[in-house]
Amino acid sequence: MKILVCITNVPDTTAKISFTDNDTRLNKAGVQFIIGPYDDYALARGVELKEQLGGTLTVLHVGEADAEPQIRKALAIGADDAIRVNADPQDSYFVAAQIAHIAGQASYDLILMGRESIDYNSGVVHGLVGEMLGIPSYSPVMKLDLDGSTATITREIDGGKEVLKAPLPLVLGCQEPIAEWKIPNMRGIMTARTKPLNVVEPVSVDDMTVPQRYKLPAPKGACKIIPASEAETLIRLLQTEAKVL
Amino acid sequence: MSVLIYVELDNGSIKKTSLEAVAYGAKVAEKTGGQAVVLALGKADASELEKAGAYGAAKVLHAANARLEHENSLAYADALVQAAAQEGSKVIILSKSGLGDAMAARAAAKLKAGIVSGVTALPETDGGFKVTRAIFTGKAFATTEIKSDIKVLVVRKNAIEIDEAALGSGSVALEAFQPTLRDSDFTASVVSVEKADSELSLTEAEIIVSGGRGMKGPEHWQPLIDLAKALGAATGCSKPVSDLDWRPHHEHIGQTGIKVAPNLYIACGISGAIQHLAGVNGSKCIVVINKDPEAPFFKAADYGIVGDVFEILPKLTEAAKSLK
Ligand SMILES: Cc1cc2nc3c(=O)[nH]c(=O)nc-3n(C[C@H](O)[C@H](O)[C@H](O)COP(=O)(O)OP(=O)(O)OC[C@H]3O[C@@H](n4cnc5c(N)ncnc54)[C@H](O)[C@@H]3O)c2cc1C
Repeated sequence: MKILVCITNVPDTTAKISFTDNDTRLNKAGVQFIIGPYDDYALARGVELKEQLGGTLTVLHVGEADAEPQIRKALAIGADDAIRVNADPQDSYFVAAQIAHIAGQASYDLILMGRESIDYNSGVVHGLVGEMLGIPSYSPVMKLDLDGSTATITREIDGGKEVLKAPLPLVLGCQEPIAEWKIPNMRGIMTARTKPLNVVEPVSVDDMTVPQRYKLPAPKGACKIIPASEAETLIRLLQTEAKVL
Repeated sequence: MSVLIYVELDNGSIKKTSLEAVAYGAKVAEKTGGQAVVLALGKADASELEKAGAYGAAKVLHAANARLEHENSLAYADALVQAAAQEGSKVIILSKSGLGDAMAARAAAKLKAGIVSGVTALPETDGGFKVTRAIFTGKAFATTEIKSDIKVLVVRKNAIEIDEAALGSGSVALEAFQPTLRDSDFTASVVSVEKADSELSLTEAEIIVSGGRGMKGPEHWQPLIDLAKALGAATGCSKPVSDLDWRPHHEHIGQTGIKVAPNLYIACGISGAIQHLAGVNGSKCIVVINKDPEAPFFKAADYGIVGDVFEILPKLTEAAKSLK
């Protein structure tokens, strides 16, 4: 089994977001970066499948050197080696093109990633990569089992779930509860230092989209508190004042 | 030139979020010149498809092929690209959902098109084509210029104001569409589909009543369901509630769950952790009921009641019933 897990490097969920350079760049000062939470699920399931079935697990990140602590963490959790495509990606198409280029050079049975990144929330990289490689892609995947070269996938759909059987190779966007997140142990952390982390340069891709500016939402007005003893007046206010009923 | 809008069907009717996408697409067509063309795949009644006319579509392409009756993002993306080629569409619009993102991505890769998902407003078209979308799970917005010849947009619920009362009958041309299907898009076999048909879908709902750990247990959910029924709302929950199996996973709202953008979100016994807020900050109006006046959710709320959910919910239900 040859598994590729793609990870993003994103501000921690609780990070306060602000911008610099005339609102054209994220202000990274004081922001802690983490492996994308959905990617953590993909990584955890990838490690379990590798342990169960043998084979190799490579992690791939498209981004700058400051993500290396997160890549090392993925190695400590159980990846065998890592690839970093040295670029400052500006859109999903660019990221997908890099992943597809790397994946196209080796035949992976499974390409796992999170269903979306929590910075740009697009949720489209798995689909782009699947199409660029000419293989099926499914998301969001909540359960994944393998039997030989067939995967059984449970996917969340609007208001429910769907179970599919599909032949490998596949690209999958993962979410909970596909596996429990893994925390690196001391041995993992020590061995991660010696595992290969290959840095490669990006392939060139036409600019499909170009970011222009960022903006924070307008500050929220004060909350109108209604006394518990007059709770029913809320319904009237929602109808006449907020006009949402 | 045309704008092509893909509409999701639910039991043969166009989903509400997709009708919004049609209205959005019609406005884009107005701005860029050309007409709004709708694509529908799978079983649907003509009368349902004709609704797209009232929202501004000039034409509906309908592929009633039996192989397309089951949702299949691979084959659907293929059909979408073929429809775009037939209509000479330069802008392709889908509504934000698991299916919308998956189809949009595959179509964008086929067309070598720039794709932006999570769009929250109409594009700016004077000097380039710029769209704004929500990022950092609603904590910020980004404006992006799409440079490619063909542009793929995935729009969020409420990206456009629609005055339902002002909708005319809008006549629309219905046209059969026969995409060429590839066997390679059908290699997966569907083992089972579990869908709570009767429930209102969270992504479609205009009103959501949601419960957290403060509801104390699954056996205490009835008062919340009663209020939801009285308001015609969908029900949701926080993550610990679905982790504990008090409610099904597909009701879980937040950063790691579903992101919703209803007109009204009523949170009952939910503290308002940042990961939960991340899934609801697209809501127009937020109501919080919590016995702790310091609960962080009050900072994000428009209306709040400090008190016990079990005393307050029945009062709200009574008041809601007397609305009509
Ligand atoms: C990476 C990550 C991702 C996460 N993703 C999500 C997510 O997607 N969605 C999500 O919801 N959470 C998510 N969480 C969890 C989140 O941090 C909170 O733990 C969770 O939202 C808390 O749920 P709660 O408000 O129901 O429970 P609690 O925090 O326990 O709050 C219960 C609230 O109920 C109130 N209460 C109790 N009894 C009553 C009563 N009788 N009447 C009125 N009020 C009462 C209490 O005052 C309290 O405020 C995530 C966490 C992490 C780390």
